[in-house]
Amino acid sequence: MKKISQTNRYDFNVIENWVRPNAKVLDLGCGDGLLLNHLKNKKNIVGFGIEKDKDNWLVSLKNGVDVIQMDLESGLAGFEDNSFDTVILSRTIQSMHNIQSIISEMQRVGQEIIVTFPNFGYWRNRLQIIKGGMPVSKELPYSWFNTPNIHLCTISDFDNFCATHKVAVIEKHIMTDQKAVNFYPNLFGALALYKLVKK
Amino acid sequence: MEEKNSVGIVKPSIFKCSSPIKLACGKTLDSYELIYETYGKLNKKKNNAILVCHALSGNHHLAGRYSTKDKHPGWWDNLIGPGKPLDTRKFFVIGVNNLGGSHGSTGPKSINPKTKKVWGSKFPIVTVKDWVETQKTLLSDLGIDRLAAVVGGSLGGMQSLQWSIQYPDKIDHSIIIAAAPNLTAQNIAFNEVARQSIITDPDFSNGDYYQENKIPKRGLRIARMLGHITYLSNDVMGTKFGRKTKKKDYQYNFNTEFDIESYLNYQGDKFANEFDANTYIRMTKALDYFDPAKGNPENLSRVFKNAKADFLVISFASDWRFSPDRSKEIVKGLLDNSLKVSYAELSAVSGHDAFLMNDDHYHGIIRSYCKKIYAQL
Repeated sequence: MKKISQTNRYDFNVIENWVRPNAKVLDLGCGDGLLLNHLKNKKNIVGFGIEKDKDNWLVSLKNGVDVIQMDLESGLAGFEDNSFDTVILSRTIQSMHNIQSIISEMQRVGQEIIVTFPNFGYWRNRLQIIKGGMPVSKELPYSWFNTPNIHLCTISDFDNFCATHKVAVIEKHIMTDQKAVNFYPNLFGALALYKLVKK
Repeated sequence: MEEKNSVGIVKPSIFKCSSPIKLACGKTLDSYELIYETYGKLNKKKNNAILVCHALSGNHHLAGRYSTKDKHPGWWDNLIGPGKPLDTRKFFVIGVNNLGGSHGSTGPKSINPKTKKVWGSKFPIVTVKDWVETQKTLLSDLGIDRLAAVVGGSLGGMQSLQWSIQYPDKIDHSIIIAAAPNLTAQNIAFNEVARQSIITDPDFSNGDYYQENKIPKRGLRIARMLGHITYLSNDVMGTKFGRKTKKKDYQYNFNTEFDIESYLNYQGDKFANEFDANTYIRMTKALDYFDPAKGNPENLSRVFKNAKADFLVISFASDWRFSPDRSKEIVKGLLDNSLKVSYAELSAVSGHDAFLMNDDHYHGIIRSYCKKIYAQL
């Protein structure tokens, strides 16, 4: 289950700029559905969410989002090829088992895909490990024993993944809190946002 | 004592339709009657009506009681009432006994006006499409041109689906619970066993048992016992009954011994005394024939091409008669047409019957969705 946070919403504006007006958008692991609502308000999108957790699902419904309850691990069966303009995987990839398969499913269903994830290479995470413990932060709010996050990666890990998996990066935005980070992003960036297409 | 959140004491009404209906089977009924109940008030704009469709053995009595002494409330009383998920303070809720039913609508045990005799075996086979047609006629008579929603579980869900494609301009929301776009071979097989048990009961008399003052109770109870097995999951049967027996030691005879046997016998007897055999076999046929995509799942996308409603589709993980996969076929057809749809797969353990249960999460979903419907009025 993705923890719903009321404060970690500063990435919405970046994503908003990457989505075309009136686009058909699928948000995988949509949580409380607020990203889709934001995009609906700002870009007049037609949005659908996918959420596995029943409580999050209900929050999404209450927030007025059309939401499908299913487990992303079994792929996007039921969604036709190229049936969405944009498919978003926001702060969810780190909790998925099969990264290759979900990225290729997103590429099958969407023209463009947006992936965001907490950067494990962020200096505060590194520091906590140097101090001897697994990182716990705003972006990674779990203890090691109850975390859903099984595939944490750094920005340079994800760049390598894209280079070796026929994924072209067309936009990349690294941020900490609300600020963009350009200086040593893999060290100073807490959150990574990527806009990708098929290579 | 007044019941909390209850619609209270209710009274059914009769709608007499004198214009003929041509049925899907090719036959025509010159006139017919439908028994129905309503709860709540139709607003001035007449846009707050919700039709609730019943399943195989259901009827028009959705909620409330007929008298203070009435032991059992309507079959969906846990969902429908003032302050309940389907809130009768906001919506005008309508329940209709389907054509061919045995609870007061024209059916096999009614009198055929032409022959002045009971219809019996001569009563035509009716389909989901025919029901939607007759429901629509009733609603027009009530001054309702457009429904805020059609809600139904199982066979009732199929009617809700059918409404969305038969009258796409007359329905704003379709709520489809524990349903399927058609029956699987396994489902048709169960229905055929149920029908054969009734038809081969000597008291069935080829469907004309009324004149002989007989009731094919043996057939009906076996049909119902079979049904009950399939409506429950293996898990819930295990938890509820397990291998529990009435007596401590095995009796080594054929009397009712295991608790599950007494349960099935009790349910079978109760049903055989209440339900009409001719109606039962016709309802199972309506299930078998329902197939808007005409056997081809690929066609489901085309089926929803003209649909305009928003949809809420709900399935239950333990329901093996109408499994979540079948609901997902419906969802796919809707998504292919970019229709607005929310889909929930509930982890309820009780099987197909879960759609009638009083579960907080399940009712929370319907409550939230109904709030959305109300906000759009």
